[in-house]
Amino acid sequence: MIALLLRDLRLAIRAGGGFGLGLAFFLIVTVLVPFGVGPEGDTLARIAPGILWVGALLACLLSLDRIFALDFEDGSLDLLATAPIPLEAVVTMKAAAHWLTTGLPLVVAAPVFGVLLNLQGEGFFWLTVSLALGTPALSVIGTFGAALTVGLKRGGLLLSLLVLPLYVPTLIFGAETVRRGTEGMETGAPLMLLAGITAASVALLPFASAAAIRVNLR
Amino acid sequence: MSIWEYANPKKFMQTSAWALPWVTGLAVIALVGGLIWGFFFTPDDYKQGSTVKIIYIHVPSAMMAINAWVMMLVASLIWIIRRHHVSALAAKAAAPIGMTMTLIALFTGAIWGQPMWGTWWAWDPRLTSFLILFLFYLGYIALWEAIDDPDTAADLTSVLCLVGSVFALLSRYAVNFWNQGLHQDASLSMDAEENVADVFWYPLLICIAGFVLLFVTLVLIRTRTEIRSRRLKALEARERMA
Amino acid sequence: MMPDLGKYAGTVLSAYGVTLALLAALVALSLWRGARVKRALEAQERRMGRNG
Repeated sequence: MIALLLRDLRLAIRAGGGFGLGLAFFLIVTVLVPFGVGPEGDTLARIAPGILWVGALLACLLSLDRIFALDFEDGSLDLLATAPIPLEAVVTMKAAAHWLTTGLPLVVAAPVFGVLLNLQGEGFFWLTVSLALGTPALSVIGTFGAALTVGLKRGGLLLSLLVLPLYVPTLIFGAETVRRGTEGMETGAPLMLLAGITAASVALLPFASAAAIRVNLR
Repeated sequence: MSIWEYANPKKFMQTSAWALPWVTGLAVIALVGGLIWGFFFTPDDYKQGSTVKIIYIHVPSAMMAINAWVMMLVASLIWIIRRHHVSALAAKAAAPIGMTMTLIALFTGAIWGQPMWGTWWAWDPRLTSFLILFLFYLGYIALWEAIDDPDTAADLTSVLCLVGSVFALLSRYAVNFWNQGLHQDASLSMDAEENVADVFWYPLLICIAGFVLLFVTLVLIRTRTEIRSRRLKALEARERMA
Repeated sequence: MMPDLGKYAGTVLSAYGVTLALLAALVALSLWRGARVKRALEAQERRMGRNG
């Protein structure tokens, strides 16, 4: 399992694509928003938590179709499916690799981008915490979407359509945590709900993803 | 005599052919009767004026929007557990109907909200969750359309329906948490005492019955179409083989 | 015959209009596709009956 994780990480870094691309996309979204809504600091500070969360979510979405597509094309997914480790574990490792290459850089970069959007005081801390807790859920849910669409030719667009509604609860609780944190309110409730969603997704969704892959490899 | 007999497509076709005229007739009677009663023969509400007449379509369509998804969930479970093709096809047949019901509920809600709340759209929890439900229907239908092999499509959409149900429910509560809304509390429950007055209640019940029957009629028609289309594909394939 | 809808006439009528239009479209689409598939299937069955 560890070997699989390392292999995926190595592939992602060598191939270049996914690693920096999501981060660059996140940066561009953050830069574009002030052009759209105007440079006033107050407005930006008010919408910063939501924009940063939506930006992170879209950046996450961008690299989802790469999770299984390459392995499916060159046949290594068939090998993984028949390997002695359960497919559920393979799927979990795939999601972990996706998180390490996409989610983790987003978590690290988000506070820096927060400066661009005039994020206030406490906000930086809560943004980092909520993203750190929430992005694993995004990766796991995204892996499920990628598993559903793995064999399809025009999977990319369909993948977004399937995955985005599933992201709604994570986004709501994540952005709400940051908003409350920025306004100095109590953040325990949304943060715990966010953590709950992540924990439940990580625990349960790999079974659904593995089932979908089995169907797709039939 | 067990319900599983209807899992046989032939048996299903026979029974549904027999039942269809009856269900259709009842649906038309209930729908036309309920709507005419509601539209022409009910008084205006003292606060909402004549806009109260919109509940005869808004409430039943909103109920069916959710019930259609529940029916798809049950049908998907039956397909996953017992692998009856009719069940998977019924789920496929129900999705566009549920989507239309969601659209109707959203539109009538927006039209009603304009004079009442002073806005077409508010990010009220119920409106928002219906919009999310609409997105789920879109994704489900798109997945059916995208996959060529019917059994693969049935399997994957069933899995999506299960996972989607959980997330739709989660979104419902997340949205509640996110914004307390303008929406009035449930105007309907089994306890008629604390609900809308009788003059509105009886025509509304009939309209709900009408929408349920309409849903059943359409599901039967569309499932029959799906079964025929499946048989057509099989016959064409056999012809090519020969 | 027509009830007096007061100042909300446009609201009520457009709500009913949209609903009936959507339902009509759904019913028409279901029936149309049903008829088309049924015809195609019958044609196919006839042809295969003759050949086989």
